[in-house]
Amino acid sequence: MSQKASKVVVLSCSGIGKVYGAVARETTYELMDRVRPGVVVTTCLPLLVIDDPEALQLVAENPVITIDGCPKSCAHKSVEAHGIRVAKTYQAINFYKAHKDLKPGGIAELDEKGRKLAAVAADELAQVVDELAAGEEK
Amino acid sequence: MITLEVLKVGIVSCSGEAIPEGTLSRLACRKVLDELRPAETVTICLPLFIAGGPEEREFASKYPTITVDGCEKRCAQKSTEKLSGKPSKSLLIPEILEEHGIAKPTNLRNLRPEEKAAAQVVAEEIARAVDEVLGG
Repeated sequence: MSQKASKVVVLSCSGIGKVYGAVARETTYELMDRVRPGVVVTTCLPLLVIDDPEALQLVAENPVITIDGCPKSCAHKSVEAHGIRVAKTYQAINFYKAHKDLKPGGIAELDEKGRKLAAVAADELAQVVDELAAGEEK
Repeated sequence: MITLEVLKVGIVSCSGEAIPEGTLSRLACRKVLDELRPAETVTICLPLFIAGGPEEREFASKYPTITVDGCEKRCAQKSTEKLSGKPSKSLLIPEILEEHGIAKPTNLRNLRPEEKAAAQVVAEEIARAVDEVLGG
């Protein structure tokens, strides 16, 4: 993507069965609401499963970051299934591996350490978001 | 030898990261899975119908399935029908809320107490649907 992108799409794992799915989702919300509001946007991952035209347009026209909750990598694969390249891809468990003092708990709702881990991860992804928003995809 | 197989119902939830009803759906489905009908229900992450293998796509043929959707786009219902099999029941969160006179949720996360109460109401409706499927 050579021209400057105004938005960066962050797509998280849709899982409701594992804590790292919740960490992925919370990291996305942290990016959207606190770290880079107005730049980071998201959409419902299952909209890509049903070939929703608006969702497909969003991921086709903007750089995409995926954050997955398990090795099955649904977020990443759901984008690539449409022939769209993912700019950056992450596994939420690696956020924990980098911050072992923040072991997340909870699935439907994260505990305090899980929310803290997501906040820290979102802060660390800010630079990547800025580069992609500036059209500096590597 | 006689084997007794306990029949379980598969719950497929809208994940709806971008809409408050998606958050409510996830919470309600987890309540059913963890608290209301833990022995009678299983779940699958909806995008696994695409990202997973044949085992995941056989989900709706292995289990009678209830889909729970957060909006009229009905991703859970359509994905299950298209990639796995016809659901036994398809529930829609806005319809359940309207039937109970409950306002739509407005938060994607950090749900307010009244929104958590709404999730409980939805969970009880899902549990009722589970009972109907198993009893039917």
